Amino acid sequence: MPSTFPVLIWRGAADGAFRRYDVPRLASQTVLDVVTHVQRHLDASLAYRYACRVGMCGSCAMTVNGKARWTCRTHVDAVAGDSALEIGPLHHLPIVRDLVVDMAPFFDKWAAAKGEFKPTASRYDDFATVAPSSPARRAIDATIECIGCGVCYASCDVVGWKPDYLGPAALNRAFTLVKDVRDGAGVSRLRAVAGDSGCQSCHTHQSCTERCPKHLSPTASIASLKRLVALAALKGNL
Amino acid sequence: MIDAPLVIEDAPLRAVWYAAWRFVLQRASAAVLALCVVVHLATIIYAVRHELTAAAIVARMHASAFWPAFYTIFVIAVAIHAPLGLRAIADEWLGLRGRATDAVLALIAVLLLGGGFYAVRSLTT
Repeated sequence: MPSTFPVLIWRGAADGAFRRYDVPRLASQTVLDVVTHVQRHLDASLAYRYACRVGMCGSCAMTVNGKARWTCRTHVDAVAGDSALEIGPLHHLPIVRDLVVDMAPFFDKWAAAKGEFKPTASRYDDFATVAPSSPARRAIDATIECIGCGVCYASCDVVGWKPDYLGPAALNRAFTLVKDVRDGAGVSRLRAVAGDSGCQSCHTHQSCTERCPKHLSPTASIASLKRLVALAALKGNL
Repeated sequence: MIDAPLVIEDAPLRAVWYAAWRFVLQRASAAVLALCVVVHLATIIYAVRHELTAAAIVARMHASAFWPAFYTIFVIAVAIHAPLGLRAIADEWLGLRGRATDAVLALIAVLLLGGGFYAVRSLTT
């Protein structure tokens, strides 16, 4: 019989509270394992979200002991030690119930940042050839790996202060498309990220970069966007 | 209760242009200030170490065309940089933005320019 440890889990909506559960402590246990144990064995009414369990889908992010993390690949050992574990919903997003937040504002901002690919070719054209070694492609080698988990968004101070700020993930996505040689949105995307809620609002605190589970640097993407916007403004192309 | 989806419409082109130029001006003025502040501090340290009196400092400043020009540039950079920084603070900490806020910040810029030029004028006359 394994020993148990106390886990505090957020229950309810924004006006909810943490409730304590005693969960068996197991070897190589992840935070998602803990939440799943509670839901399957202790309290079936607990709401949480996950899909792949292997760090690909980006749906299981939660606030673990005060920091946003992907729970499927966060070991309890790494975050709790022998002390209690506190698991809550992501910050800066409306709580639906318990550990589930409404991701709509997060993805609305991807749309506002023109995060959709605008093709320049049609189905009748040949495949585009993009040299892996070209500077434009190498600039986005890392940025394309974003899984949209929302950890950066929940960790961003500026999002907390300024609710219409587009946030690290949407700006990282916009930068990826700006550098995509096949994309045709051009200056309209730069305009979308250059307004009051755009890239210039970033304070370079780098919480997004520190917390990104994929070890990406949205801060670097945002800094690149700032440079591109400034150059466009100086050249009169904005 | 789930909040309604946050919809952000395309900002008017003028607002985008204004935001981009605010950023350019703040970065450019920061670069100027980085140099000016170093020179200013070095000047203060020099004056203290050589035990110069206020009158001696003013006399040296009067004798040179460089110092009034230098401090004119310094004042202009401050008058650009400070209101833009205050604008970000007003927006993020107080939720204040819009024309009324910008008008107050423009007034602060004018006051900084006025006070600064008044001080610089004493170096030339």
